Amino acid sequence: MARLRITRIWQCLLGALLPLTAHADYAWNFPKPVTPMALDTLQVHNKFMIIVMVIFVVVLGIMIYSIVMHRKSRDYQPAGFTGPSTRSQLFWTLVPFAILLYIDFILMGIPAFHSVVAMEDTRTDADMVIKVTGSQWRWQYEYLDGPAKGISFVSNMTTPQEQINNQAAKNPEYLLEVDNPLVLPTDKKVRVLLTSSDVIHNWWIPAFGAARDAIPGFLRETWVKIEEPGTFRGQCKELCGKGHGFMPAVVIAKNEQDFNAWATSKKAELQAAAAGADKEWTKEDLIANGKGIYDKNCAVCHQVGGQGLPPAFPALTGSKIATGPILDKDNKMVKDGHLDRVMNGKGVMPAWKGILNDTEIASVITYERNALGNSVGDMLQPAQVKAMR
Amino acid sequence: MSYSTTVDHEEHHDHPSGMLRWLTTTNHKDIGTMYLTFSLIMFMVGGAMIMAVRAELFQPGLQLMHPEFYNQLIGVHALVMIFAALMPAATGFANWMLPLQIGAPDMALPRLNNWGFWLLPPAAILLTLPFTLALFGIGDGAIATGWTFYAPLSVQGGIGVDFAIFAVHLLGISSVMGSINIIVTIFNMRAPGMTLMKLPLFAWGWLITAFLLIATIPVLAGAVTMLLTDRHFGTHFFDAAGGGDPILFQHLFWFFGHPEVYILLLPVWGFIPQILSTFARKPIYGYKAQVYSLCAIGVLSVVVWAHHFFTAGMPVPALLYFMYSTMAISLPLAVLFYCWIATIWRGSMTFETPMLFAIGWIILFGIGGLTGLVLADVAADAQYHHTYFVVAHFHYTLFAGGIMGIMAGVYYWLPKMTGHMYNEKLGKLHFWLTAISFNLTFIPQFFLGLAGMPRRIPDYALQFSEFNMISSIAAFTLGLTQLLFVYNIVSCVRGGKKATDKVWEGSNGLEWTLPSPPPYHTFNEQPVIR
Repeated sequence: MARLRITRIWQCLLGALLPLTAHADYAWNFPKPVTPMALDTLQVHNKFMIIVMVIFVVVLGIMIYSIVMHRKSRDYQPAGFTGPSTRSQLFWTLVPFAILLYIDFILMGIPAFHSVVAMEDTRTDADMVIKVTGSQWRWQYEYLDGPAKGISFVSNMTTPQEQINNQAAKNPEYLLEVDNPLVLPTDKKVRVLLTSSDVIHNWWIPAFGAARDAIPGFLRETWVKIEEPGTFRGQCKELCGKGHGFMPAVVIAKNEQDFNAWATSKKAELQAAAAGADKEWTKEDLIANGKGIYDKNCAVCHQVGGQGLPPAFPALTGSKIATGPILDKDNKMVKDGHLDRVMNGKGVMPAWKGILNDTEIASVITYERNALGNSVGDMLQPAQVKAMR
Repeated sequence: MSYSTTVDHEEHHDHPSGMLRWLTTTNHKDIGTMYLTFSLIMFMVGGAMIMAVRAELFQPGLQLMHPEFYNQLIGVHALVMIFAALMPAATGFANWMLPLQIGAPDMALPRLNNWGFWLLPPAAILLTLPFTLALFGIGDGAIATGWTFYAPLSVQGGIGVDFAIFAVHLLGISSVMGSINIIVTIFNMRAPGMTLMKLPLFAWGWLITAFLLIATIPVLAGAVTMLLTDRHFGTHFFDAAGGGDPILFQHLFWFFGHPEVYILLLPVWGFIPQILSTFARKPIYGYKAQVYSLCAIGVLSVVVWAHHFFTAGMPVPALLYFMYSTMAISLPLAVLFYCWIATIWRGSMTFETPMLFAIGWIILFGIGGLTGLVLADVAADAQYHHTYFVVAHFHYTLFAGGIMGIMAGVYYWLPKMTGHMYNEKLGKLHFWLTAISFNLTFIPQFFLGLAGMPRRIPDYALQFSEFNMISSIAAFTLGLTQLLFVYNIVSCVRGGKKATDKVWEGSNGLEWTLPSPPPYHTFNEQPVIR
């Protein structure tokens, strides 16, 4: 009877656990490496893990033997030694330390030396240079040479807020999806320069084995040489404020031909966008355009409805700045006015002039003044923004 | 060693009763009790915070809290556990046991001692007050930068950062005063005949801790003061636009932060051999080797700090230096492990609760140490750094190596301090539940880190769901289990089987020659040690 009950309990337990294992996606080690550095890191890691596990098991074995054998309940009489007493004992005492010395500085130390030197050598045979700028909470990418020279864009997470708030089903790439992924060629050594516009971030793609801080006011560098095409996902891994968990980095690796084709079409796209700055926009178009930009860039802090999260993130609805004058009578930018704050930032508010183009800034400002419960009625043309740069 | 002891039962000096007794007391036992009580309370407070965090991480998506509040909880959890739970527990033991172990009538500087304790409650209030203030619309909550205060994030933060800076100042002053007191006591108040090389290992561990605190706390105090002036008085120590450097803060912080790890652990390394020796009924193995190793670790601990931020970017020679010096710490640590295991080897062991905790402590702390060795490798560290792998690693060193060690000490000395035996069955249950749920909490986190989950994120990608769920369930068990600990301590204080003077069959040392509980004043005439 009791046995039957136990079997039933087991069946219930298994039943409860099965769905968990059915769609479980357990990963026990680093993701599959696609760069020489990631491969090196994985090999170093595996080797070290085996070494420390052997040490652990041997020492644990000795302890378990002692715990089982040397106990009072077995009437084991305690020894009285307090240290090695003979020369041969002293010798055997020193052996473990000789082994450890060998493991530390030869077995682990020498491969570690070569890995460090390889990891830090960003310049030898570098084929191209890109610049990665972290800001709260997005990445900005710039191509400094090669066929894509001059391309620059911002990469934002695209996971909708409803999914984060559990009001909608989550995408498979939940939190790891962006609007503009970084595109890199395969089999090229890419030197990655990193900096930041506000606090410290860390650009990390696990499959590349590269992680480096992006530090405001300084350049740091690392390198990647991606050996197979594909999409690779990572996240910021230095605490950078409330959006830290929502700052993915996505890289698409293409072969050289596809990369060049992408560069050409991306350049054309960016040029078309820049041309928009010179045409005259209607207020309605600016407001419509501005909503998308606001929701993607500003709503994280100022909220979708403009109510903000005071006191850290002020409301835009009824705000003095968002309803005050933009330009003074000489057509100069009002200091601490709406345009000044958006373009140059202050405190926690980032400077957007390096991130958004003229059309985007004009649109978002027009949107903020005529939506979110505000109805100032005026508008700002992209050409006016361009003139203030 | 043999002791000649004279235990005085002479009438106590009058001392006030009630609240005033505790406010004005200069008695080392009273102050030790206050430290330990404070530590237990803050341990539960810090634990409650992390329970909320684990509840949020139970599933992907934001269920319970905003990311801002999440960031506040993780940072204050760490500050509370380090500064208000672990450090005061070690200081509490020092107050209670050092004078008893070295045959001194009290600590050398009793008034300083009282002040040192009474700085702690205000500091704890400063640290947690911003949570309450935010409820009334003042400020935006507690410090949200993690416990490391990294600039420029901390320059950007709200009033919580200022509160935390002043809390750290108070805690620092308290620690430095406690350290001065301990050094003076050990150097000047030892019983005649107790040479430095006859000092109990607990005293040695604390002596080195005290020197480390005096060496590094001022650096931390300086760093957070520079942060304060950057925030409010227009300086640019950590702002590149004004000629400063954000990484300077990391260097200053970790010059304190790395020795801090050993500050938390050295006192535990001191009394664990005493527990092992007691329950193995066999003298401590390699006393001298342990003393020299403790000293070597103390010295090494102040020259390895930059391994906490390898990914910030450093010249290759600096990377290599910090890598190899970090690996070098494994050598004296291996000596200690060797001596601990040799102490139980061929002993006659029994497994009362303190011994269970001490043995579990060796194994689990071993995992923390070995993963630390792997983390020292700069190239692999690029992957481990700031992932859950690191979170699991430092919980093996600080929860297993720190708090479980403290628990061993509590069960070991509680009968001496209260005069009653605790409930042995409950104690053993507490050990097994703690050890099992601790491992189930943190082993999944090693794998989460390897798979690429960054730490300090309030929400995570779907591939991390299963391990996080396991970790959360185990963490709730671990948290609830600690209620057993509190219950066992409280019921032991209130009553129970009378403890003998010796308490344990194999106990050895001056404190076990005194009655349980010891009278208010002990060793009015110093014992002579031959």
